[in-house]
Amino acid sequence: MSAIHWLDWLSGMLLLAGSVFCLVGALGLLRMPDFYTRVHAASLVETLGAGFILLGLILQAGLTLVTAKLLMMGLLIFFASPTASHALARSALLKGVRPRLVPDSEPPPSKP
Amino acid sequence: MLAAATLAILATIILALVRAILGPTVFDRLQAANTIGTCAMLLLALLGFLVGRPDFLDLALVYGLLNVIGVIAVLKFFHRGDLGAGGEEPR
Repeated sequence: MSAIHWLDWLSGMLLLAGSVFCLVGALGLLRMPDFYTRVHAASLVETLGAGFILLGLILQAGLTLVTAKLLMMGLLIFFASPTASHALARSALLKGVRPRLVPDSEPPPSKP
Repeated sequence: MLAAATLAILATIILALVRAILGPTVFDRLQAANTIGTCAMLLLALLGFLVGRPDFLDLALVYGLLNVIGVIAVLKFFHRGDLGAGGEEPR
């Protein structure tokens, strides 16, 4: 009884952490100034957000076939989404999308 | 907590949709589409748990596979201008 309650609490916390990471990644995707920084922010959704949410769902499912399916989803996201992000960034670089850098005329920001 | 996570995923999809509409280059739109696809996978899984039908997980798996294939295919189309082109990449 107590163990089940504890698992529910942990699963809720993991789902909440995944939701926060998804929202932060989406805000970064919307607000970042550059394509490459946007890729960086969006991969937060696909690694930490999806990972935490799937982990929370696994804790709710128990040891059933549902857990196996959730693990397969996690493996798919783990292998496929960095591949897609890498292909996107490489293709953008080959197509001539330049990263936004500090202009040459300005001195680089000095350390305090 | 399941409902809260579902709402967060929906908000994520809306923000990514705004980026897909605004995005200056086609790669921004593709990145937003990729994010929306991943979030749709998570949304299907969460909805399956929320309504007590974990069969939705099969749909989420198929959606994830199609999402990756779709992003790579659209990237190849914009890279080479043709889906059937093979061989070495143009330098």
